[in-house]
Amino acid sequence: MKDWQYRLAEHRGTLTALSIFVVMFIIYTANHPAGFTANVVQTAANKGVLLALVAMAQTMVVITAGIDLSVGMIFLLTNCLASWLVVGSPLETAVGVVIVLAVGALCGAINGAIVIYGRLQPIVATIATGAVYFGIALLLRPFPGGSVNEVLADALTGRIFSVVPASLVVLAAVIALIWVPFSRSVYGRAAYAAGSSETAAYMSGMPIRRGKLLAYALSGLVAGIGGLFLTFFTYTGDAALASGNAYTLFSIAAVVLGGVSLFGGKGSAIGAVFGALAFRTIGDLLFVFDFDPLWQPLFQGLILLAAVSLGALALFRVRNRLESFQ
Amino acid sequence: MESGAPLFRMEGISKRYGGVRALENAELSVRAGAIHAVLGENGAGKSTLIKIMAGVVAPDDGRMTLDGKPVEFASPAAANAAGIVSVFQELSLIPELSVADNIIISNPPTRFGMIDRRAQRRLAEEALARAGAEDIHPLALVKDLPLSRKQIVEIAKALARKPRILILDEATSALTAADVSKVFAVLKRLRAEGLALLYISHRMNEIAELADDCTVFRNGSKVASYAAGTRSDTEVIQMMIGREYHSVYPPKPDQPLQAESVLQAQSLSWADRLHDISFSLHAGEIVGLGGLDGQGQRDLLLALFGVLRGLRGRVLVDGRPVRIASPAQARQLGIGMALIPEDRKTEGLMLPMTVRENLSLASLDRLTRAGVIDSAKEDDIIDRVMTLLAIKAGNIDAPVAALSGGNQQKVVIAKWLMRQPRILLLNDPTRGIDVGTKQEIYQLLRRLADEGAAILYYSTDYAELIGCCDRVLVLYDGTVKRELIGADITEHALIASALNIHPAVPTHQEPAQ
Repeated sequence: MKDWQYRLAEHRGTLTALSIFVVMFIIYTANHPAGFTANVVQTAANKGVLLALVAMAQTMVVITAGIDLSVGMIFLLTNCLASWLVVGSPLETAVGVVIVLAVGALCGAINGAIVIYGRLQPIVATIATGAVYFGIALLLRPFPGGSVNEVLADALTGRIFSVVPASLVVLAAVIALIWVPFSRSVYGRAAYAAGSSETAAYMSGMPIRRGKLLAYALSGLVAGIGGLFLTFFTYTGDAALASGNAYTLFSIAAVVLGGVSLFGGKGSAIGAVFGALAFRTIGDLLFVFDFDPLWQPLFQGLILLAAVSLGALALFRVRNRLESFQ
Repeated sequence: MESGAPLFRMEGISKRYGGVRALENAELSVRAGAIHAVLGENGAGKSTLIKIMAGVVAPDDGRMTLDGKPVEFASPAAANAAGIVSVFQELSLIPELSVADNIIISNPPTRFGMIDRRAQRRLAEEALARAGAEDIHPLALVKDLPLSRKQIVEIAKALARKPRILILDEATSALTAADVSKVFAVLKRLRAEGLALLYISHRMNEIAELADDCTVFRNGSKVASYAAGTRSDTEVIQMMIGREYHSVYPPKPDQPLQAESVLQAQSLSWADRLHDISFSLHAGEIVGLGGLDGQGQRDLLLALFGVLRGLRGRVLVDGRPVRIASPAQARQLGIGMALIPEDRKTEGLMLPMTVRENLSLASLDRLTRAGVIDSAKEDDIIDRVMTLLAIKAGNIDAPVAALSGGNQQKVVIAKWLMRQPRILLLNDPTRGIDVGTKQEIYQLLRRLADEGAAILYYSTDYAELIGCCDRVLVLYDGTVKRELIGADITEHALIASALNIHPAVPTHQEPAQ
């Protein structure tokens, strides 16, 4: 095998998610009354970017063989916080943004510390912390309200040179500035290694704990960026339980669609981003084909089921049946 | 062999695990530019010795010196820093990462805080070349490599740490003949470069080819050190044996009975682990599976029990060919097979569930009426097996995790006896349990055989094979190398055939497998 074949194999999950997304998006725009216009793309981008950020946050935890059921709540909490703090003069706004992001990272770090040092299972730990984060969000915004610096909000949700959606540029920047350095750092590799085989990683003397903690903290940070963006889109803070839960569950679906293994150690946040965009496009597709809204959840579920089934095909090649339980 | 001061010395090393003595006043001295072989049976203390050297385990007592200066290692990383690197028997590779990632894992080159992939690639290629494995692609994922290639990557990973002392613990056990000769060339070159190599292997011919010095361990202590080539294989085996064992075994029937064969295997092969295995198992006999650990015994039991996919060859029960595709089929009426698994905590028991639930798990189909468990029937049969095996459980509705190891193992056996199996496969069932329970299990097995069961018994303890079995099939490299019957089952014969040598002839004759 040549180098490029190995690289292709390494990125197969991401490329599959990319192709699923591209195919769906082409069908979508081809059938959209307005066609492939800057407006259509911008709307789609703004809807997709929120889930893409949350899915990216989920990925960081999933590669350590964990799962974050509080990610939607961190997203809500930072949204509510931003609706108080990201207002006023440019300086006040900047300070507000920093605080919001710091709180996101702190929430993630708390999850990580409980899982790593408290030795609780990620699923339980994050259900509990998720309830706490939601509780705080509710105290911050018992009723939807608040505001945000609209100049900043409009700049980041609008279009650059009236063509490129600004939210996509921000998403690309988050990938370039957070995901890429993390995944290529020693700690990032330790996070992957711990997800793949914690024993082997320990025996090799890797910094497992710090790697995992960093993964959780960055996950919180990225979820916080998502919360901030939610505020930019809606101009309000809203502690909506249903929305938080939906984001958590959809982020897991997006991660799987993006080729990230729920068993840990494998996959890329970039794949999860395309997974999220594809997941959003499923909903849009049903819309352009004029499906009765009543049928939408059902079809969305069926399409999702078909997409994730692709990943299970490998099980048919297992020769020792005991291995299919691992 | 006394030329120059030793590079590394261990003296008076002792280590206990709970009440079990692993090492007692052990010593070893290693010199630079030589290959030192350590020999001993399973459980002689070799692994513990190496783990202490490599910083994985701390000794209870004793001292170690490197270059004449006393040293202590708190962790594998500390031992690595001192230049002692170990290639472990259990692979320490991370399956989802690439070969290059794995080789450079403990100390990757970085640029601006990120791993410098180009430099990493170069270092990995160097290490692979040093290990004689230029053909392994640095970008391949470790999980996609066959076992023998993984083992080579493991060696390359150790070499990338620039060791002064390299420990190879059964490092060739998974290698093909072609790989073994490559690795040998590498090891000889490393010796010429002045490294000290510590080589643990059960393969006598490898030791004869490689070693400069040899040390034999038995029961946690050093028996002898000698220059390679000064002792015959027979003498070496004699040094490795010597454990006294009491007669805890029930008497065997005098004459092998001529019953019909219950289970027959014809040319079983699977993946690259089992090769052309044929044997038959008769009602009323206990047949042992011998050989070194990991020569395909477990795979054979799993194959018979329907766990392995893509098994080639035929399995006959009562002379009729059968296709067993799952444990559920294996236990069915016409076949009546049961497998007592190796690891009771993961494969045998549901630890948080009660003794009662665990006992009836494998026979629920027989205890239910219209899908509902008939609790009177359940109690009745549970009473019977509890008495039969003398299981000591305060309350059968308590979690099985609360029982002692020996009683847990009895529960695993009892759970299958409730089905009255005709073919009983056992995978090292006495590992880690007390002597009293072991004795009860030996007697139980003999009684079951007398009642007509056919028993296939894998044990890593040679004394058990001698004490319990009517016949022993010795496996080597996934194939039956030798069958020992009745009085021929001696420790000497077992060890010699497990090592695939013929001790009557002083030098080795078999080529490396």
